[in-house]
Amino acid sequence: MASAGSAKRVSLLPAVAALVLATAYLIALLGAEKQSYIIALLAAGIAAVLAAYWLKWFDPVSESFGEHEDTLGMLAVVAAFAVAAYFHDDHFVLLLVVTVILYTVATLGLNIQFGYAGVLNFAGASFFGIGAYTSAVLNAHTALPHLLVMLIGGLLAALIGSLLLLPVLRTRGHYAALVTIAFALLLKTFLEVNNVLGGPQGLQVKGMSLFGWSFNDNITIGGVDFSFYMSYFVLSMILLVASFVLVRRLERSWIGLNLDALRLDETASRCFGLDVERWKITAFTLGNFLIGIAGALFGMVGGFVAPNNYTFADSLILVSILLLGGIGNPWGLIVATIIVVVVPEKLQTIQEYRFFLYSALVIAVLLFRPEGLLPRPVRRYFPGWRP
Amino acid sequence: MMALLKAEGIVRKFGGVVALDHLDLEVKPDEIVGLIGPNGSGKTTFFNVVTGIYGANEGRILFNGADITRASSRAVYNAGISRTFQRSRLSLPLSIFDNIMIGNHKRLHQGIWFNLMRRAAFKQEFEENYRAASALVEVFEPTLVKRMFDPVAGLPMIDRRRIEICRALINQPKLLLLDEPSAGMTHEETKALMDDILLVRGRNPGLTIIIVEHEMGVIERITDRCVVLNFGRKIAEGPYRQVAGDRQVQEAYLGAA
Repeated sequence: MASAGSAKRVSLLPAVAALVLATAYLIALLGAEKQSYIIALLAAGIAAVLAAYWLKWFDPVSESFGEHEDTLGMLAVVAAFAVAAYFHDDHFVLLLVVTVILYTVATLGLNIQFGYAGVLNFAGASFFGIGAYTSAVLNAHTALPHLLVMLIGGLLAALIGSLLLLPVLRTRGHYAALVTIAFALLLKTFLEVNNVLGGPQGLQVKGMSLFGWSFNDNITIGGVDFSFYMSYFVLSMILLVASFVLVRRLERSWIGLNLDALRLDETASRCFGLDVERWKITAFTLGNFLIGIAGALFGMVGGFVAPNNYTFADSLILVSILLLGGIGNPWGLIVATIIVVVVPEKLQTIQEYRFFLYSALVIAVLLFRPEGLLPRPVRRYFPGWRP
Repeated sequence: MMALLKAEGIVRKFGGVVALDHLDLEVKPDEIVGLIGPNGSGKTTFFNVVTGIYGANEGRILFNGADITRASSRAVYNAGISRTFQRSRLSLPLSIFDNIMIGNHKRLHQGIWFNLMRRAAFKQEFEENYRAASALVEVFEPTLVKRMFDPVAGLPMIDRRRIEICRALINQPKLLLLDEPSAGMTHEETKALMDDILLVRGRNPGLTIIIVEHEMGVIERITDRCVVLNFGRKIAEGPYRQVAGDRQVQEAYLGAA
């Protein structure tokens, strides 16, 4: 991209058009009720994407995206608010949207670990669960402000994750992955036998209240009724935007370069002065922190936590989102999370086959598009910057 | 004059194989020393021991008077030793600029707050480094300057070699270890590459080089002095013409007559 016609101004139009179409499609999909209609809509969506790909319509879109990323990021936020406004009194759809947002935050954390530093984490759902349990316990037994509880959820996930640092640093590749799998199984067993934390039945989580205003009450503004999930939507969006900007800046800094360098060649990195351990620890801890914060808020949204909600299978879903979206590309994560979370919810007929769908999808992506749906482009420290 | 690098009695074993056998080697500031010998004679092992990838079983290494025998790769780099690798070890998915910046690690701000929050200051540092990297690349291949943000994976072997050397030179090291820079290149390409290295050296006086090379034309042309290894032992030392006539050296390369 950088080499092609640096003098030519890249138009904003293709990316805006793509964003508008995608938003309209998402609203249609979320609003659809009849199974036959949903199946037709999904088929049409896949056909449209394949056709656009075949006609090479994605090239101008990604070029314009790369050039005007900041503007498009803001427009994407507007689009998300448009979707939420359209479904302002629909509990079910808004819950789905909030789930997508918080899963995206969690996979952003996973992306720092695996996508940048190459540290595999198959315990993503466990750290998500640690956040949720933190909310359950602290909201029930303390009067701490709930925003602080979210922060503590993140810190606790990072802290408990640091127990894994030594084995993760001393092993590589598959072996490091096994350490995290073992941790996921251990944590689930620990939660199941621990009566203080509710055992297998789990715990209720008190909903969020901010400055005396409870998030679990429906809202009426100017005669229009809003679902109580609207407050959670706004807060989740703030969290998503903050994490997204953080991850973006991280990638576009010397730290992002360090993480890429150590993932690609640890020995060469050491020969150029890189403190491999320091940066692996930074990536692992920061990733778990984001996952934990998202989990803490998710616990309050759902109102309930149990060991069975945070199993190894759920961690695999988080990893499959990463593989599907394009490892290292945060925009790809949003698209992939929408696919993985929304499709099985809307397509009730396949509910029990959802894992089959995920595995088929991941295998198909690895076979035909190994870098994911939206492969990560080469690092551009400042979008639109020219020498 | 004090030696810049001084290795005394270095022994490195891999199981029963003695890769370096009581090797003594001295390099003075500003020198270009050729390290030659048949395959498996311990040349790359010596580089790996110096740069802290392998430890030495015996002996010690002094750099600028300081003992770096047990130093980590990081500490060796920070002390001012940069290297290239026999089999190119660039990060292929990353851009030319990114690869060169990996070599500049010690001169970049690594603080999290600086990198994430002080974006204006970061941008300034980025632009300064972009100019420095472009100027260096320009010496080796001016056409690459326009491709600074293209992935290295798309470049031919010769350009990858150039980028690898730029990565080693960007931090202005005191000692440069070149491990077979001519591998996979033609005579003409190798000659051009060496000229470029000498040009950069002319601009940064004081750059000392140890070069491992099988291309004897290169060794003859650029080195002040050669050290010949065989089975991990030093068998000859001196200017190229002298060691090339040495009977032991000829036997090592061609076998005993």
